Amino acid sequence: MSKFTGPVYVVRDNIDTDQIIPAQFLNLVPTIAEEYEKLGSYALNGLPNALYPVRFVKDGAMDTEFPIVIAGRNFGCGSSREHAPIALGAANCECVVAESFARIYFRNCIATGEVYPIECPERLCDIFKTGDLAEVDIDAGTIRHVATGKVYSLKPLGEVRPVIDAGGIFDYARKNGMMPKAA
Amino acid sequence: MTLTEKLLARAAGKASVQAGDNIWVNADVLMTHDVCGPGTIGVFKREFGKTAKVWDRNRVVIIPDHYIFTADSLSNRNVDILRDFAREQGLPYFYDVIDDPSGAWKFDAAKGNLKRQFGSNYAGVCHAALPAKGHTRPGEVLFGTDSHTCMAGAFNEFATGIGNTDAGFVMGTGKLLIKVPETMRFRLEGKLQPGVMAKDIILHIIGEIGFDGATYRAMQFDGSGIATLSMDDRMTIANMAIEAGGKNGIFPFDARTAEYVNARTGLNGTKQSYEPVEADADQKFVYETVVDLSKLEPTVACHPDPGQRKTAKELSHLKLDRAYVGSCTGGKTSDFVEFARVLRGKKVVIDTFGVPATPDIVRDLQSTRWGHQTIWQILEEAGVRMTENAGCAACLGGPVDTFGRMNQGGLKCISATNRNFPGRMGSKESEVYLASPATVAASALTGRVTDPREYVGN
Ligand code: SF4
Repeated sequence: MSKFTGPVYVVRDNIDTDQIIPAQFLNLVPTIAEEYEKLGSYALNGLPNALYPVRFVKDGAMDTEFPIVIAGRNFGCGSSREHAPIALGAANCECVVAESFARIYFRNCIATGEVYPIECPERLCDIFKTGDLAEVDIDAGTIRHVATGKVYSLKPLGEVRPVIDAGGIFDYARKNGMMPKAA
Repeated sequence: MTLTEKLLARAAGKASVQAGDNIWVNADVLMTHDVCGPGTIGVFKREFGKTAKVWDRNRVVIIPDHYIFTADSLSNRNVDILRDFAREQGLPYFYDVIDDPSGAWKFDAAKGNLKRQFGSNYAGVCHAALPAKGHTRPGEVLFGTDSHTCMAGAFNEFATGIGNTDAGFVMGTGKLLIKVPETMRFRLEGKLQPGVMAKDIILHIIGEIGFDGATYRAMQFDGSGIATLSMDDRMTIANMAIEAGGKNGIFPFDARTAEYVNARTGLNGTKQSYEPVEADADQKFVYETVVDLSKLEPTVACHPDPGQRKTAKELSHLKLDRAYVGSCTGGKTSDFVEFARVLRGKKVVIDTFGVPATPDIVRDLQSTRWGHQTIWQILEEAGVRMTENAGCAACLGGPVDTFGRMNQGGLKCISATNRNFPGRMGSKESEVYLASPATVAASALTGRVTDPREYVGN
């Protein structure tokens, strides 16, 4: 997939992994199917209610209505827990467009193939509001604000794109003969 | 080449590497714990098959430590998943909570959370347990499914945190593709003043470069001031490289490193040979700074991120509800010694919790006497709630029955831990202020942020 359209969910700088998936839910094991789904229902549940009155996943729902997350600097900082990109992916979020990402989070997005971590030099979290419609086109490297028609360019994903497209490092390694086919 | 480049070149079997190179490196040790271990094992089995064996059973170290002393049944089950795997794979380095290799772990809430509920193999917080049990060696590559794996950089090794999927890959192959980071150099010169601790050094540095100032980079700590720092101090500093976004933190090798590593590997019978790395004369840094240790003051990182630096003095108006000493970075013996030095003979005025990182530290504190009392007794008499159940506890919140967890919103806690993002220690409406154990102690005595030099004298 290279195009995503839908309402965006906007967060600010320095959203750490505790805010993406609060520590009390880390007793869930992502490789167990029903626990994977549950992780999705708690995605971004750690954002303080006062700052984020609209919730990313509605109470009682399993998935989000927001396929695109827009963030400021250093999204995904903190812990190395893979539960973080997995929670977003399990909630049916497709991509996070941020000014910058923390290293381990970025790497975990690629390794798991759960969400596309896309950088944008523009500070989109000051431009978009939660609920605004956007169109992300990965091939073209753009994000469009549907209401204003304004288009912003994204940094190319480069060498990590084929890994996420394949569905993560294992699938990628198999596809490219770096590992034997399914065990 | 810098220390990190040299080490990675060696691990990749290359004569040299440059920052930005993507290289396959051989892992010396892979560590995982109860929060990420079950998922890592799940990935390993899914990808390599149900009957697959780990690449080297002597190199996979499993340390349950995060959600142990809780009645939460999923958390208890996760420890059982680790035990089953260790048994099936014949792993010699699984530091189980219980002694029975085919038993099941169940925390008994009725016994309370202060008295010891673990067996003889339990090792406590992974990053403190790894060196204590002789799994950190100069010149090696350590991957761990935990961001504070960078703590082992104190021992002149390349240590970094990875996710479950990468860890599953390492478990099966012993290799990982990584990008060689650029190196930032922090030259530490001089000596800390009394009342100022290693924690203040790293909080100062993170304040200087910002919470993302080292993203994708190696932080190299060297200079003549290193000689004045104990291994505990170096661990405190390397531990928090990740709080500036760093990929790893690394220290040079010296006699202190050798003494520590030789003693611990000898004690636990782990591999004793190692080859330290030394930096070349022609190191290239993307950033260089000198930190004069003698000028540093007790420092605090304010809510809501570790880069919000203030001096303890500047915050003397700030009222607190709670104080906490514990975690990999702040729950070592030396941390509790400083904590006790300030509290001795006095009484705390706010709820104060003490969680040693490992059972060995509990033993140290219960056996070291100052006069007629042990350090443990001094702390208890000062009003600190000390638990024998060493582990991560409230450092990352955890299940609601976790010792020291902030279950209410609106509370302010001063803590010797390493992270203070919203909700880190429980309620997402609570606030955490990071400081050294000495500053936490002084603040616990007044109920406000307090410069410990008022108590330790000059
Ligand atoms: S003590 Fe805290 S920082 Fe250290 S490993 Fe445990 S949760 Fe992580």
